[in-house]
Amino acid sequence: MELTAKHQDYWHRNLVVTAVLLSIWFITTFVVAWYSRELNAISFIGFPLGFYMNAQGSLIIYVALIWYYQHYMNKLDIEYGVEEGEDE
Amino acid sequence: MSESVMGHKAFKAQLQKYYSFYTGGFILFLLALAVAEQMGMTRQWIGYCFLFATIGLYAGIGIMTRTTVAAEYYVAGRRVPAFFNGMATGADWMSAASFIGMAGTLYLSGFDGLAFVTGWTGGYVLVALFLAPYLRKFGQFTIPDFLGERYGGNIIRSIGIFAAILCSFTYVVAQIYGVGLITSRFTGLEFGVGVFVGLSGILVCSLLGGMRAVTWTQVAQYIILIIAYLTPVIWLSLKHTGNPIPQIAYGQVLQKVTEREKVLTNDPKEIEVRNIFKARAEAANENLKDPAAAYAKGKADSEKNLAALKAANAPADQVAAAEKAAASYPKDEAAAKSQWNREKGLAARAAPPRPHATPYPGKDEAAQDIARRNFLGIVFCMMFGTAALPHILMRYYTTPSVRQARQSVFWSLFFIFLLYFTAPSLAVLAKYDVYHFLVGSSFANLPVWAASWAKVDPGLLSITDINKDGIVQLAEIVLGTDIIVLATPEIAGLPYVVSGLVAAGGLAAALSTADGLLLTIANALSHDLYYKMIDPNATTARRVTVSKILLLVVAIVAAYVTSLKPGDILFLVGAAFSLAASSFFPALVLGVFWRRANKWGAIAGMCTGLAVCMYYMYTTYPFFGGVPANQWFNMNPISAGVFGLPIGLLTIVVVSLLTPAPSKQVQELVDHVRYPHLRGDIDTQAA
Repeated sequence: MELTAKHQDYWHRNLVVTAVLLSIWFITTFVVAWYSRELNAISFIGFPLGFYMNAQGSLIIYVALIWYYQHYMNKLDIEYGVEEGEDE
Repeated sequence: MSESVMGHKAFKAQLQKYYSFYTGGFILFLLALAVAEQMGMTRQWIGYCFLFATIGLYAGIGIMTRTTVAAEYYVAGRRVPAFFNGMATGADWMSAASFIGMAGTLYLSGFDGLAFVTGWTGGYVLVALFLAPYLRKFGQFTIPDFLGERYGGNIIRSIGIFAAILCSFTYVVAQIYGVGLITSRFTGLEFGVGVFVGLSGILVCSLLGGMRAVTWTQVAQYIILIIAYLTPVIWLSLKHTGNPIPQIAYGQVLQKVTEREKVLTNDPKEIEVRNIFKARAEAANENLKDPAAAYAKGKADSEKNLAALKAANAPADQVAAAEKAAASYPKDEAAAKSQWNREKGLAARAAPPRPHATPYPGKDEAAQDIARRNFLGIVFCMMFGTAALPHILMRYYTTPSVRQARQSVFWSLFFIFLLYFTAPSLAVLAKYDVYHFLVGSSFANLPVWAASWAKVDPGLLSITDINKDGIVQLAEIVLGTDIIVLATPEIAGLPYVVSGLVAAGGLAAALSTADGLLLTIANALSHDLYYKMIDPNATTARRVTVSKILLLVVAIVAAYVTSLKPGDILFLVGAAFSLAASSFFPALVLGVFWRRANKWGAIAGMCTGLAVCMYYMYTTYPFFGGVPANQWFNMNPISAGVFGLPIGLLTIVVVSLLTPAPSKQVQELVDHVRYPHLRGDIDTQAA
């Protein structure tokens, strides 16, 4: 089975979106946690920001990341004609 | 794949109808019990009602969905809609530890406990980006299946079987332990009987219908556990803040808790109690320097004291107290030593309250840095472990399509999020209650919930008047992690029926996770070992029967191990994540994203990852005779995956590059899993 240039392009765009979302995930998780002490000096809706990000904020971002990924990829499948027929 | 779109749509509509009726029915059941309680139903009977009604319900679903068809038994016929697979994954994922232990951990460790909140949710980002859609496209039955096809040969499959059983078994023991604990606490049944009752619920379900029965039961269990978790917290939030959304309202409560921490840190009475603990710990340390001499002196002193009082004709109560002291003096030096070792630990209670919202507290900068490093280490291991635990990944084989597998990860995290998003607020609300109402109350007149729990189980809550002033100081309270969730209904002033509901929720969390894990172990043995490696000609009916027998055997072995009450179950659960991350994650992800990864690389990488992880735990964890001095970069043994995963990954890359590239067939398999649909493509779906 030979892959066309279009197929290669699909995979490339998949890798790009994966890398972008993974970077956001990395910053939200590790960079924010690393600087939590400093972030705690800032107040956000009544919470110290460092605490808020680790307890609530990062969770909201994770849910959003996964929602965006499924939305983006399911559209990309159709755009490149690699979607499954009839929701098998 | 003959099912039409209409078939799927009708099926989904039917499911929605069933589960809406079910949820309504469950709420009616709660209301009926609430009325019965008002009319005088006893607590024990409410406990029985919850226990038998819910287990009966799960068993009923098991009987209704029984099957002997392989695709139904192993992957629920691959027609579980994304939304429902999300709920099932939520229940599969959230264990007794999440449901009962999490809020308590957050209460006790404050900010540092949040490592589990982010770790156990952020891992789903990795599942979504790296695994779920590709595994679904591959479309067989188990995780070792993927390793076997992608890398070829039985060696890698065997390593997969070994790793899957290793991770799942330690985890399932913890779940069965949780089942025994909850049933015995809420019904008064013995621990062993509790284990047995719970186990029968698990077995009826998974024995009859495999993945299909487990899936539909898990959906039912998710609905119960989320209602049980949210109801009391919303109530507590209303009580303390007037706002029914605890996740928003607890910001102001956290401020009050922080204020109160400062007051309690400098309160003279608190300092007095802490100094008593400090003195006791120091005395114990002094005695331990020369135990033999200290023992002889202590024994002589207590006898001399008694004799002196008797000779002086002291009041009867003083003599009685001295007699008691002399009689309770340790019998020999060894007993005295173990008592002093315990008292040495009182030093921990001499510390002022831990500031809840402050990250990485520590006495100096070095200690704070180590705390931060370990926080990140736990987050890392929990996340990559999540994205590698076979019982979770297996769930994404059950959706009808790749598209729905992607959506399903979203729903999974959404349903898990509902609980994890709430746990930090519960911890703070409960802390507010303890700091403001329990602390400062008199021993003669404790809050009702505290008095009753302290009586039921001193392991969960014990309060002793250390400085004999008749008033509760914070330093005089010892809390077990489980109490926060278990006592919340009473703290919030809700009727007992809500306590029963919480117990039913905890039971649902433990049972659903145990279901998924037992099935993973039995499938690894029956499908991968028996069918793929020993007897490839076995008929489907025979394979399913073998699986059912193995399930029974594994369940009995797990229950037996549980009955031995192995120590430190929490560590074992944490260890399962590190082991899964080190063994599965690199091989699975490189299998999809790096065409060049080959058989020898994967074999070497999985073995090295596992070996490093196990070696690190073995040399650093006291249970195995390890010592903290062996730690690398001061990382705790629970985070062994921090070393296992990168080393395993690197090994796969290096060994793969040193050995020949995989065959053309394998490269086609990689293309196959990367695209949801390719014209003229191979088909790997197992039927």
